[in-house]
Amino acid sequence: MIRTEEMLLNVGPQHPSTHGVFRIVLKIDGETIVEANPVIGYLHRGTEKLAENLQYTQIIPYTDRMDYLAAMTNNYVICHAVETMMNIEIPERADYLRVLVMELGRVASHLVWFGTYLLDIGAMSPFLYAFREREAIIGFLNEISGARLTFNYMRIGGVKWDAPEGWIEKVRDFVPYMREQLAGYHDLVTGNEIFLNRVKGIGFYSKEEALDYSLSGANLRCTGIEWDLRKDEPYSLYDRFTFDVPAFDSGDAWARYQCRMAEIEESLKIIEQAVEQFPETGEVMAKVPKIIKPPKGEAFVRIESPRGEIGCYIASEGKKEPYRLKFRRPSFYNLQILPKLLVGENISNLITILGGIDIVLGEVDG
Amino acid sequence: MPNEHDGTPPESNESLSKEELKKRAAAEAKAKALELAKQKALEKKEESEPAEKSNEPDDTLAKDKALAAAKAKAAAAAKAKAAAAAKAKAAREGASDGAATEDEKALAAAKAKAAAAAKAKAAAAAKAKAAREGASDGAATEDEKALAAAKAKAAAAAKAKAAAAAKAKASRGGAADSSDASDEKAKAIAAAKAKAAAAARAKAAAAAKTADEPAEEQKPSPLQPLLDKYKAIIQKELGDGALGDSYINLLSKDVPTLVAQPDTYFKIAQLLKHHEELRFDYLSELHATDFETHLEVYTHFYSYSHRCPVALKVKINREEAVIDSLAPLWAGADWPEREAYDLIGITFKGHPNLTRIMMPDDWIGHPLRKDYEPYDVEV
Amino acid sequence: MVNDLLTSPPGWIHAAIFLGLGACLLVIVLGFVTYAILAERKVLGFMQLRPGPNRVGGRFGLLQTVADVMKLLIKEDTIPKAADKPLFVLAPVLAFAPAFMVLAAIPFSDHLKFSDLSIGLLYYIAISGITTVGILMAGWASNNKYSLLGGMRSAAQMISYEIPLVVSVVGVIMFSGSLNLTEIVEGQKTVAYMFLSPLGFIVFLISSIAELNRTPFDLPEAESELVAGYHVEYSGFRWAFFMLTEYVYLFAMAALTTVLFLGGWNPVPFLGFIPGIIWFALKFSLIVFFMIWVRGTMPRLRADQLMEFAWKVLLPVALLNIFVSAVVKELFLR
Repeated sequence: MIRTEEMLLNVGPQHPSTHGVFRIVLKIDGETIVEANPVIGYLHRGTEKLAENLQYTQIIPYTDRMDYLAAMTNNYVICHAVETMMNIEIPERADYLRVLVMELGRVASHLVWFGTYLLDIGAMSPFLYAFREREAIIGFLNEISGARLTFNYMRIGGVKWDAPEGWIEKVRDFVPYMREQLAGYHDLVTGNEIFLNRVKGIGFYSKEEALDYSLSGANLRCTGIEWDLRKDEPYSLYDRFTFDVPAFDSGDAWARYQCRMAEIEESLKIIEQAVEQFPETGEVMAKVPKIIKPPKGEAFVRIESPRGEIGCYIASEGKKEPYRLKFRRPSFYNLQILPKLLVGENISNLITILGGIDIVLGEVDG
Repeated sequence: MPNEHDGTPPESNESLSKEELKKRAAAEAKAKALELAKQKALEKKEESEPAEKSNEPDDTLAKDKALAAAKAKAAAAAKAKAAAAAKAKAAREGASDGAATEDEKALAAAKAKAAAAAKAKAAAAAKAKAAREGASDGAATEDEKALAAAKAKAAAAAKAKAAAAAKAKASRGGAADSSDASDEKAKAIAAAKAKAAAAARAKAAAAAKTADEPAEEQKPSPLQPLLDKYKAIIQKELGDGALGDSYINLLSKDVPTLVAQPDTYFKIAQLLKHHEELRFDYLSELHATDFETHLEVYTHFYSYSHRCPVALKVKINREEAVIDSLAPLWAGADWPEREAYDLIGITFKGHPNLTRIMMPDDWIGHPLRKDYEPYDVEV
Repeated sequence: MVNDLLTSPPGWIHAAIFLGLGACLLVIVLGFVTYAILAERKVLGFMQLRPGPNRVGGRFGLLQTVADVMKLLIKEDTIPKAADKPLFVLAPVLAFAPAFMVLAAIPFSDHLKFSDLSIGLLYYIAISGITTVGILMAGWASNNKYSLLGGMRSAAQMISYEIPLVVSVVGVIMFSGSLNLTEIVEGQKTVAYMFLSPLGFIVFLISSIAELNRTPFDLPEAESELVAGYHVEYSGFRWAFFMLTEYVYLFAMAALTTVLFLGGWNPVPFLGFIPGIIWFALKFSLIVFFMIWVRGTMPRLRADQLMEFAWKVLLPVALLNIFVSAVVKELFLR
């Protein structure tokens, strides 16, 4: 076999397919990757350090900026951590609103992933189609929270705003519409021979490796492990809904694609049921003290974000600021396996593999 | 439905003396509790009946079931609300009682104030007790009588609210169910609601219990056997001194928490990963904290083969922060350990690539240390 | 008129006339490029739920491309410090010149043609190959790793796809018995060659998209992988030259496809009253639209799959096409 001189290639920090400021230093032989060394931290804003001087409610807007594609789950994880520590009961209506916005956020997040992934692979149109539907969802979230991406919607003990008049009906009507569009995506992309060739068998890892590398979310489920915190460690109201945990066995980019597309459908199921069960009246805020002071001690809770398992650790001294706040950021953990997957692949596959992991750099860098 | 923001219970009469009111309220609360218990027993029977019949295809039966479920739900929701209201009341009373102190009866006022304070503390104490035995000293010093009074008042308010809520819910639920009880979907919803109601009831019961008997011992956590198992295995394999401490972290969804010694940390981790009965194959979280007296590494593991969690902690000397790396055991510990090294300054022995990950390579200091001062060349 | 000029003895007047005609053609081609770019953006916009250019030059953005070109003209001309300067400057010219040269051989209608080469088809294929050298040169001279990878990919791709492209038209040559493009069109008076050699037509269409570096074969400039491939370091008018090359080739390739397979200016039966040039324009537009459509639909191939596809699928099919064409010719066209 012919071996040529190796070349260092800097992919990023500014590159169309790294989805943010992320850099990989590649050692390539022709177009084959010999070694990959990811460099992160360009977007590190020190959320955890800042949080040590903020009251709990003041931290919520900071969480919006971590995973900015699914900020509702981030809002939820910190509220959930504090509520777990303080043993606060959430009013039913608020809990339903939380589930609704989180699932809408999950659909929106997967749509962005779907669009950008196809864009990475070279298909331009699906991106714009996916963004049309995402725009509708963002409209809903905007209507309920007043912001399009950084919602700052949840509060410890409930949510900030009740659903406006007619909002629930609009969400109800959105579900069949979204299903129809989803079928369109499948028609356009899922059967495309070129697409299948690009993703099948690419970026394979086994069940054991997935667990070893602490992967979560679709990255874990693509190896056939049926694990979803919504189902397996139910929080909020998720034990009231019937939905499946889609898992595929092949462990490659194709399985990850199928997983995420199936998750959109499952989220729609949840939204449908939540809309049906939505209580007509009720409070959206529990009665909580003006100044939130969790008892002394520590707590770690984890929930299922679109990207995987997002966790929040709080060490409290019983004061109004956390002593230490730490987020388990799924993208950060999921990205670890990248250097291992890249060795021996060619540069085109780098894009397929990186895109398939579905990272948000705001979350990777914290 | 009475406005929940309104702190005064409907039957509270300003002309009555506080003392009398308290007594009456206490009596009522007791009666209410009895009634609740009775009702609960009844509901349980009701619920178990349709459950047995659930296989029968008869439509009328299904209808009955849905109705029963709806009823059960209404009752449980009312109860849940009562508990919530009681709690909320306790929290709010501190503020609303300020106005009452204007009263000329200085003694009664003082008592009321004490009661309010006690109430707030009682709630906190109940929780704190759950967490730590020793932390409840604040509540323990308080007047027992005041505590009882607070409880009674809260219960009285709760009762009124619960009644109204129950009525409203029942009428709504009934109407909804009778209109389309034959519908499959309605049935499904009703079932879901019933499930929710059951959960709510359990929660309400638990809440009521803790509120009624704050002094009573917390019943052992459902995860206690897991902790005992872990402890036994570690003791068997590594001897007595291996484990520094172990407890159920009640603040953190009852996760069994093990505290390792620095020198046994790696061995325990190894055991957790490889022991046949433990098999913690998934590292969910690893991070460090600066507690000023010491540093601490917190890890959360999950076993997918046995479906159980564990948290492992280790305390490290702050001046000489060195600990074994877990990266050889779990590849997923690689970056989190680098993060801990970068931000807290813990050196992980045996880590394959211990370099800064968030901060630039030439950064000076570890930002998440409590005594961190940003380095400035010009200063 | 052109035929008379072509056969008359050379002289200064003739040279001047040809120069003038060439300039005319350049203007026409540039006009086409201007509106081809606009059309591409508009059609893509239509397919992708957005309006496309709609500000400069009225509601349909008719002057958008003109404005874009103006911007490119007045942009600063940057040459990277570490670049190989002479090659860097030469590359866009070398890429563009052949694109324009091939147009000389293409007949647009019975009367509108610039040269009537007896080996027109061969000329087209030979000259268009020079562009690859320009692209490779650009990739090398930029002294940028992405450019180099793009240039390399481009060279590999062009060489691979040239072969099925040429082999696929052998059927057409057999049917018409000539390499002269006008004669090939004349041979399609009764039936277009796309019906006689459908296999060849499909292979030719696919290979031509690959030759044009368009999606799904746009690897040399794969935006999401190589940022912009070989022209990543180019800006201003040099960059415009590469864009121009691309679109002039689109023009040329669509014209060639029309001539070879769609019957050129021959009308559809019973609609002979419409002039030939209109027919040509219609068929030509159909091909251009098809290429834009493909771009709006397909993801990109991977480099190794691209090669495999050329050598393992297209080439055998093209060879099969020769055999099938021979059989068809023997059985039906004697």
